[in-house]
Formats: sequence, C-alpha cells, structure tokens
Amino acid sequence: MSASTVTQKSTAGPATAPHTLVAEFASADALVRACEQVRNAGYTRWDAHSPYPVHGIDRAIGIRATRLPVLIFLCGATGTTIGVLLQWWTNAVNAGVQFPWVPTFLQGYNFIISGKPYWSFPANIPVIFELTILLSAFGAFFGMLALNGLPQHYNPLLRLDRFRRVTDDRFFISIGLDDPKYGSATRRLLEGAGAAAVEIADDVKESAPPRWFLRAHVMLACFLLIPLAVIAYMRVDKQSQPRIHIVQDMDNQERYTAGKQMANDVFADGRSARPKIAGTLAREDFTQDPHYYQGRVGDQWATGIPMYHPELQRLAGGAAEVNEQLMRRGRDRYAIFCSHCHGLDGAGAGRVATYVVQREIGFVPPKSYADPDVLVRPVGHLFNTITNGIRTMAPHGDQIPVADRWAIVAYVKALQRAQAATIEDVPTEQRSRMTQPK
Amino acid sequence: MASIVHDRDNTIETPGRRAPLVTGGHDLHGVTEVVCRVAESRSAPGAWYLTMGVSAALLAALGAMIGYLFFEGVGVWGLNNPVGWGFDITNFVFWVGIGHAGTLISAILYLFRQKWRTGINRFAEAMTIFAVMCAGLFPGIHIGRVWLAFYLFPLPNQMAMWPNFRSPLLWDVFAVGTYFTVSLLFWYMGLIPDLATLRDRAKTKLSAFLYGLFSMGWTGSARHWHRYERAYLILAALSTPLVLSVHSVVSFDFATSVLPGWHTTIFPPYFVAGAIFSGFAMVVMLAIPCRALFGLKDLITLRHLDNMNKVILATGLMVGYAYTTEFFVAWYSGSAWELFAFKARAMGPWWWSYWIMFSCNVFVPQIFWFRWARTSIPVMLVVSVLVNVGMWFERFVIIVTSLSTDFLPSAWDTYWPTWVEAWTMAGSFGLFFFMFGLFCKFLPMVAISEVKAVLPHDAHAGGAGGHGH
Repeated sequence: MSASTVTQKSTAGPATAPHTLVAEFASADALVRACEQVRNAGYTRWDAHSPYPVHGIDRAIGIRATRLPVLIFLCGATGTTIGVLLQWWTNAVNAGVQFPWVPTFLQGYNFIISGKPYWSFPANIPVIFELTILLSAFGAFFGMLALNGLPQHYNPLLRLDRFRRVTDDRFFISIGLDDPKYGSATRRLLEGAGAAAVEIADDVKESAPPRWFLRAHVMLACFLLIPLAVIAYMRVDKQSQPRIHIVQDMDNQERYTAGKQMANDVFADGRSARPKIAGTLAREDFTQDPHYYQGRVGDQWATGIPMYHPELQRLAGGAAEVNEQLMRRGRDRYAIFCSHCHGLDGAGAGRVATYVVQREIGFVPPKSYADPDVLVRPVGHLFNTITNGIRTMAPHGDQIPVADRWAIVAYVKALQRAQAATIEDVPTEQRSRMTQPK
Repeated sequence: MASIVHDRDNTIETPGRRAPLVTGGHDLHGVTEVVCRVAESRSAPGAWYLTMGVSAALLAALGAMIGYLFFEGVGVWGLNNPVGWGFDITNFVFWVGIGHAGTLISAILYLFRQKWRTGINRFAEAMTIFAVMCAGLFPGIHIGRVWLAFYLFPLPNQMAMWPNFRSPLLWDVFAVGTYFTVSLLFWYMGLIPDLATLRDRAKTKLSAFLYGLFSMGWTGSARHWHRYERAYLILAALSTPLVLSVHSVVSFDFATSVLPGWHTTIFPPYFVAGAIFSGFAMVVMLAIPCRALFGLKDLITLRHLDNMNKVILATGLMVGYAYTTEFFVAWYSGSAWELFAFKARAMGPWWWSYWIMFSCNVFVPQIFWFRWARTSIPVMLVVSVLVNVGMWFERFVIIVTSLSTDFLPSAWDTYWPTWVEAWTMAGSFGLFFFMFGLFCKFLPMVAISEVKAVLPHDAHAGGAGGHGH
C-alpha cells in the first residue's frame, strides 16, 4: 500500500495525512535482522521500537555512541566549581565586604568558627562532592530527555492502535515517508524481512493549536504576573502603616500595663501598677533640691544640715533641728559604714585602713577628721565625700540613704569637735568628772 | 527448559544451570499483565484499604502534631538540656537509613550486574523516596522557628547571612537534599517506559492523560533506549558513591563532636552498614505482603527474598562487629569518659534499649544462616520487623545515652518523649505507608521493561538473563 492509497482512519477528526510507515515484528531477533536489512538498504529517517532495550540493536541500526557522558562530565565539573566558589566566597574571604559595588545580599565574609582557618578544604569537601553528584545527575536525566527530544506528547506513531503494543510485547520499525529512499519497495522490504504487519500512521495536517488555547495561555501568563507586580510595587512604595507582622517571634507579648490599672495576682495588693520603692529618687530631685541631695547651695558647699527636709526631721523624731536622736542615728550608721577605716574616733586608724597600709598596696589612708584641711570643710563637702567617695574611698551614695548620710555628717562634725576640744567645751557640771583620776 | 521443580522453587541451586529470575513461565505479555493488572483493576485487596485507612489516620495525626508543635514551640517535646536531640533526630537517622536499600539495590547491584535486582528495584526505590521524605521532615520541624527554615540554604538575603559550610549539619542539608533529588530522578527515569506501558493500555481518559503526561511520549525508540541506558548506567555510577556518602555525612553529625560515644572514626562505615541492614529489612517487610496481595509472586520470587536475607545476615554481622569494636576501642583508648559512656550504654539507665538493639540486630539475624529460615515467609517477616526495631533503637541508644551522660555529672539529665513525639513518630509511619500504598496501587510496582530484558526469551535479550539457557 503506497502513500496515495491510504484510507483516512477517522472521518470525524481533523484532516490527516500519511506520515510514517510502521512494521510490526513478533520477536527481538526478527527486529534485529530486519534492522540490518533496512540499514543496508540505505534508509536514514527511520527507527526501531521495542518494549525493552534489545541487545545488539545499536550495531544493527548503526547508532553512534551518545555524547551524553561528555555532557554529564561538564555538568559535574560545573557542580564542583559552584561548590568551591560558593563556600569560598560566602565563608572564606572578605572580598564581598571590601568591594562596595557588591550588593549586600551577595556579600560574603570570613567566618570565624572556633578559631579554625577560614578556608579549610577537608571541611568543604562534602558540599563540593554532593553538588558534583547533584549536577551530574541533572545532566544525566535532563540531558537524556533533551537529546531524545522528550517530552514529546504528540507523536503520530501513538495514533496507531497497533503501535500500542510496543510497550508490551511487540517490536516495530518506523520509516518516515519523507525518507529519501522511501518508495513502493519499502513495504516489500519490510514484509520480506519478516514483518507480521505493515501499516501507515497518519499525522494531523493542521498542527497549529486552537485560538482559545493560545488566548487562555496569554491570560494565564498575565495573571501570573500580578503577584510579581504587587511585590515590585511594595518594594518601592512608602507605607504609613507598619509591616504586617505574621511571625511574632515574641516581639509583641501579653503584659501587665500600669496605665490600664490591670489586676495582678502576683502581688498581695492585687495591683499591677506598683508604688514607688522607698528611697527611689526621681531625676528632678537632684536639680530641684541640690542642698539636700548634693550638699550644694548655688556654687558653694552647703554650710548647714538641711533640717527642713521631712526625711531628716523624721530621723530627728520630728524636730526641725539637729538633736541627740539624729546624732545617735548618725553614730549608729557611722559604726556600720565608716568606722572600719576611719576608726571609731575618726582618727583614721580603723582596722581595715591599718591592715591595708601595713601591706603597702597602693592605698591612701584616711585622714584624721582633726586634720586642718578636713576641719575647715563645710558639711556639704563632707556629704559629697560620703556620696561620691574621694581618693581610694569608694562612693557610698548607693549604700546609705540620703538622710542617713546627713546624720553621719552631723556625727562626724561632732567627732571633729571632740578631737579639737578643750576643757572649755565641756559643760561646767561635767568638768569635775573629767578631772578625776582614773 | 526450566524444570518443574525450578519453576516452583527457584531457590534450589542446581550445578550447571542458572535459576530463573521469573517463575511461572511468563512471556513478555505475561509480565506486563501481572504488573499492570494492579494499577488497572478498579478495586484493591481489602488489606490495601485497611492499610490506607490506618495510615491516612496516622498521617492526619502527623499533621495535627506538627501543627501543634509549630503553634506551641518545641517545648511540647520532651527535649531538655543536655538531651537536645531525642525522637526527632532518632527518627531522622532511622528513616534516612531505611532509604539506603533502594539506592543500593538500584545502583550498586546494577553495577555488579545482579540481574535479580530487577524484580525488587522499583519498589525499593519508591521506598527510598518515601523514607527520605519522612527523614527530611524531622530536621525541618525540630529547628524551633520553622518559618526561618530557609536559613538552612545559602540563599542571598538582605542580612548578608550565610550558612556555616564547616558544619556537618549543613553537609546534611546538601547530602540528604542531593540524595532525595537523585533518588527521585533515578526512580522517575526508570518509571518512564513503564508509565508508557500503562498509557498504552489505559482504558479511561483520565488515566490515559495522566500516564501519558508523565511518560513524556516514550515510544521505546532504539535511539532513545541507547541514551536512556547510558544515562541509567551513569546515574547508577553516581548514586553508588552518593549512597555511601549520605549516611557517612549523617554520622559526621555525631562523629565530629567531642561527646563520648559519638566521637569515633568508626561511625561512617558503621552507619552505612546499619543503613543497608535496616533498609533491606524494610524491603523484605514490604515485599512479603505486596507480592502476596498483588499477585507478584512470580516476579518477586522466593529467591529474591532469599538473596535479601543473605544481605541482611551479612550487614547484620558488620553491625555486630561495629558494636563490639566500639566497646574494644572504648577500653583500649584508655579514655575514662569513653569507657564510662559505653558502660553506661550497656549497664546504665538505658540498658534495656541497648540490649533490644543488640539482640535484634546481632542475635536475631543469625537464624538466616539456615536456608529453611531464609525461605520461610513467617520467619523472615518476624526477623525483618525485629531488625527495624533494633535499628531504631540503635539510633536512640547512640543519641540519648551519649547526650544524657556527658563529661560533667552535674549536667546530666534524663529524657523521656512526650505524647506529641510518640504520635509524630507514628505519624511518620503513616506518611510512609500512605505514600507507599498510593504507589502500589497506581504505579507499576515492578520495573516491567527491566524484567522483560532479563527474561530468557531469546539470544538477543538485553542482559545476562538469557545466558545459560
């Protein structure tokens, strides 16, 4: 049957034209023998088809060795190169940081890991190895498909019902009608070579896809561009609202807010707004009452104890002047905070000072309160010394409340007075006791 | 020319002739029928529906557990300091190990020209892919802030932040990722001719469309087969070092640390042997019901199972040797911590898990020295299940005992999984069996074209299967 006498298989479908001559064979042996004959007859546009790779068919058809291995090698070499460069650039050089023209998202830098060398090749081998294998495998799979011209979802051969057995138990030779050697002898050749059946596969004449198909794809492509357009717009647009916070990462957590007067079971009084802790100082206090808090009046050291302050009056038992109760408080605090260096009498020979001085470890011993320099110091200066320290004396402002510091100052003044006292300073009724021999 | 005895039991060794790889006297069409029947039948065995129902329920549990984990954080697991890896990484290593048999069968046995692999390679490869999916799940969900999982990959970002390429945890990403991708390509490439078979036999429009889409227009062209075979051979050659590298890299996660019990150079070969061991056990475990339910006993013959049981015996001996060597080195090293770690494994609070591991992996497979055991379905079913139990406990023992008792006794702590971890693990089995069930029903379970190539039909058959007849 020549091409001109082919009958149309389906009358309802699209117009078709003969395309390929297909010969069926019952066994792989018959196929290989027929292939040798077809090849010897000089055909060029033909192929054999079998359900499994038939041994010896390559030689029978004259298939040259594929270039696929070269392609795979090149892919593998690319993988190796990527593996080396990726790790070197991102972990082992500062080049990405040094060159300002490298965009931020591509900058690599030296990774400091346990003081190890930045470029330690053994540690880089696994990733290089895996990338080599990965890209080689891509080369093998996609290279095989590409060289075979797959995927090819339309094939005139698949229009033949007979040809469906090619994936089951039959063997075929297909010869294109456009083969230069194709003619009336072709069918005889195949039948002579042992073909069980010979048939012609038709191809659809009009191969352009329908218009609606193209339109649908153009519309789909346009729709797919919408998300990209939105992303591009968002990257340049200025927003007045903060970004949408999808993953909180503990950025916004539930909490007790003082302003809302929320109940809180943690505290006995049930309030989440806590009162000021005793002794807490507001920043304004320092500027609004420098006398009490800093011992200063204007640019000068204060010369009087700020007994106007309610806290000091509380220590003094309500009195607005220095009294014995305040002095006793001062002596009490002095014994705790000062006496170990300054001594109980203020002469500067406390246990700690004596001990440290003996060992000569760079310690400036405290001066006696009776020292002429110290004697003339105003109370504000003494208060400042307790608060902020002087020479090797540490600041005590964070240990002793303000009012207690003033009480100590008052007691120190008394000690000074005692150090430089004469018999005239003793009340008359007490003098007799002092002159009695012990 | 095969004798009747051979056709019934191809495990018998007869000098001077080869045992057939396919029993039942099938021709080309017979093989097609046997395999395609499963996918084309409108119904499935009752056991299949039961398996799918149970595994779908477990899969749903997995989804729920992961959702709960993401919502609440990793605190819902029983991990603590120092036991920062528990069920999650145990399951990861277990599933990666399971996956190794598929690639071993499809790649290494292919290079060694073991023709019997054609009966089992397809579903062993499928098993590999589903197992690696289960494996990849666990590192993915255990990282805490899962929405930052992309930190695992060297993606350009505005923070100019890159992964540390000197960390074995990153090597894992590349090794497991490459392994999954290459296994998938290998599997899919093998499927293309068989999908074409299903396409050409399709009765419904939907199956014709889907099988046609994925078979890519395969026509069995000799020129195509030529490149296909070359690509297949090279993929096998690439997969062979790959499969050895993957579990080596997984073992580096442990071996490169300084923890007693982890810091050993024996880990890479020992992990690879264990992986093949557990993987083959899983193949046997899956093959037994599949060949019975779907009528594949002529293609997955008793001889296949016999061969796999021999591999299980061999790798089980390797694993036992590794266990013993570990103990010897712990003593011989003179390191007090090392010796303590191993004494604690065998006699410490986790002694029972160590002895489950040792018994299941070393003692139980010894029964395969006997031919009657290697060819007895009930025996091999029990052994393969026990081997999988033992190999799971191997990973548990390595991870938990070493972490819970490290250098400083003051830092020691114990570990017990929560219900969330238990259900996540059960759910991973659900995922595995669900995927495997879908595969069994809708894809060719045996490599049709490869089996045809080793059928003893004529002198031009594509392989050694025809030789000797």
